[in-house]
Amino acid sequence: MKNLFKHHETYVLLVIIVFSAIITTINPNFLTLENFFDLAKSYSFIGILAVGVTIVLISGGIDISFTAVATVGEYVMAVMVIKYGGNMFTAVLLVAVVGIALGMINAVLIYFFNIPTIITTIATLNIYYGILIVISGGKWIYALPDWFRNFADIRLFTLRTAQGLEYGLSIITATWFAIIIIAWIILRYTKLGRGIYAMGGSMNAARRAGFNIFGIQMFVYSFMGLMAGIAGLVQALLVQTVAPNSIVGKELDVIAAVVLGGASLAGGSGTLFGTILGVTLIAIMGNGLTLMRVSSFWYDVFIGLVIIISVGFSAYQRREKVKRTILVEGE
Amino acid sequence: MKKYKHSELIVLGAVMTALFLLMVVLNPGEFLRIGNLQTMAFQLPELGLLSLAMMVTMLTGGINLSIIATANMSGIVTALILTGAINPEAPPPGAGGIILLAVAAGLLTALVIGLLNGLLVARLKVSPILATLGTMTLVNGLAIVTTRGYVISGLPNAVRFIGNGVVLGIPVGAIIFILCAALMALILNRTPLGFNIYMLGSNPVASRYSGVNNTTVIIKTYLISSLYAGFAALIMLSRFNSAKAGYGKSYLLITILASVLGGTSAAGGFGRVSGLVMALVILQVVSSGLNLLRVSSFLTITFWGVIIILVMVMNFFSAKLKERRLV
Repeated sequence: MKNLFKHHETYVLLVIIVFSAIITTINPNFLTLENFFDLAKSYSFIGILAVGVTIVLISGGIDISFTAVATVGEYVMAVMVIKYGGNMFTAVLLVAVVGIALGMINAVLIYFFNIPTIITTIATLNIYYGILIVISGGKWIYALPDWFRNFADIRLFTLRTAQGLEYGLSIITATWFAIIIIAWIILRYTKLGRGIYAMGGSMNAARRAGFNIFGIQMFVYSFMGLMAGIAGLVQALLVQTVAPNSIVGKELDVIAAVVLGGASLAGGSGTLFGTILGVTLIAIMGNGLTLMRVSSFWYDVFIGLVIIISVGFSAYQRREKVKRTILVEGE
Repeated sequence: MKKYKHSELIVLGAVMTALFLLMVVLNPGEFLRIGNLQTMAFQLPELGLLSLAMMVTMLTGGINLSIIATANMSGIVTALILTGAINPEAPPPGAGGIILLAVAAGLLTALVIGLLNGLLVARLKVSPILATLGTMTLVNGLAIVTTRGYVISGLPNAVRFIGNGVVLGIPVGAIIFILCAALMALILNRTPLGFNIYMLGSNPVASRYSGVNNTTVIIKTYLISSLYAGFAALIMLSRFNSAKAGYGKSYLLITILASVLGGTSAAGGFGRVSGLVMALVILQVVSSGLNLLRVSSFLTITFWGVIIILVMVMNFFSAKLKERRLV
């Protein structure tokens, strides 16, 4: 029990429970399976990106370019499947190839020229996005194929509300969950995963311990690219239009969600469970404010307060811990 | 080490000159026209002041993601007072005093936000990127709530003069920028605070053990950063002739690029105002030159990205070369 309260995740979970309780007392519609499945579907875009960002943060880096990568992947996919036809498999393949390729460019710049990750990825964000807009002319794409539309409506299982409305676990949400499980296995049970934590803790120590730093960097940024590509595809499935300017600019929102879950920007720490909680908290706040009929103007104020209190509190805890360790050593 | 810093400025100067000449050649007759040079001087101060606000925090090894939100909030406060107190068609007597009061209130708002950032970073030891990400979201939210998402317009003519006026052929905004840049250089190079900022940025532990009060230095740094965001707010207010939550959002990441392009180290400790000014001129020359060539503004941001990566790669190789020579 005492150990439980050492974890940042526990506090985030408590906040989520308290929030949920408040929202439910004001509007009982909140705590329904229907609302849960709806929320999970609409937040799977941010959720998938958050998985990639978590791994980058654990590795001690940061990626800003993922919104541009998602946009490029989404756009290339849409143009190709409209022009040459295809199916869901080719669509996934296209976003995966684009995402991984752009992620690899980031990794190469970061590894070979030792450019700080934040600088590299801000620069490539502008490069990828600028080139896409120039080539595409910023045109929106509406005429997505029928099979693409139909895929978005697939549910793994379907339930009915008392009024007879259908709802259930969307294939999009299921994809997000599957990604979480895969990433969790990689981080937890593979040498690669251990290497990512080691590199985030100390690059030099990881190198001396025999980890292949280049390989790990390559994996981390390609994986982020892959997640961005899939998130772009998910976004296209969710809104059924491809707007080149709809994703770029949301970088910091996703990073904020991950950080709420306790991943440290110093690297070496953070868990996927924390990230899921962070995304959940953001989702509940947005949804809850609507259900409580609070004006959406207040959304950013609440999110900002939660971020400041959360990071302030965990910093305070860390400081206390350091104090305690010093005392123990003094004895 | 001193020589190394010097070489970065030389690389920067060379790139700046080369790009300037390139644009002159690509736009014969047009680029060097007074009109174009003036337009450039109109556009640079906004990004320039915001970049100074970003740079000073980066020198301490921090970052300030809340500068744009701060500038908007500060502008909104000023605009609310101005539109509430002055009818632009018939300015009351003593309007000058009200304008000064409104500007002071805007700057004060910025300072309050800076204090919050400083306290979070220095006292609670929150990592700067997280602290300012939080205040960015919070302040942006407060700006949306106060304006209900609307644009505040109808400002007195005197305000328009700041961003659009010309004195002796030089835009007023550019004069403000030059003064602010000079002031920043003065603070950084000629005051104990500036010395402490650099020392803290290169090694916070050494700085603490040499008797520097790190907490105060960090708080002061974030206050200065916020104040410069407040100065930028005045220029934005005047150039947009209105205030709104969310103006200039795309500047945020560009200010980081400009600082780093100017030789400011993301890890802290290094960077000069002169380098930043050169970097800003580079960005402006590319943007104006390509604009004259009727190239899409999105290709401009692509070029900005390419230039920063090229300069970083050049610095990487020049540092390597130095190392080899030293060996």
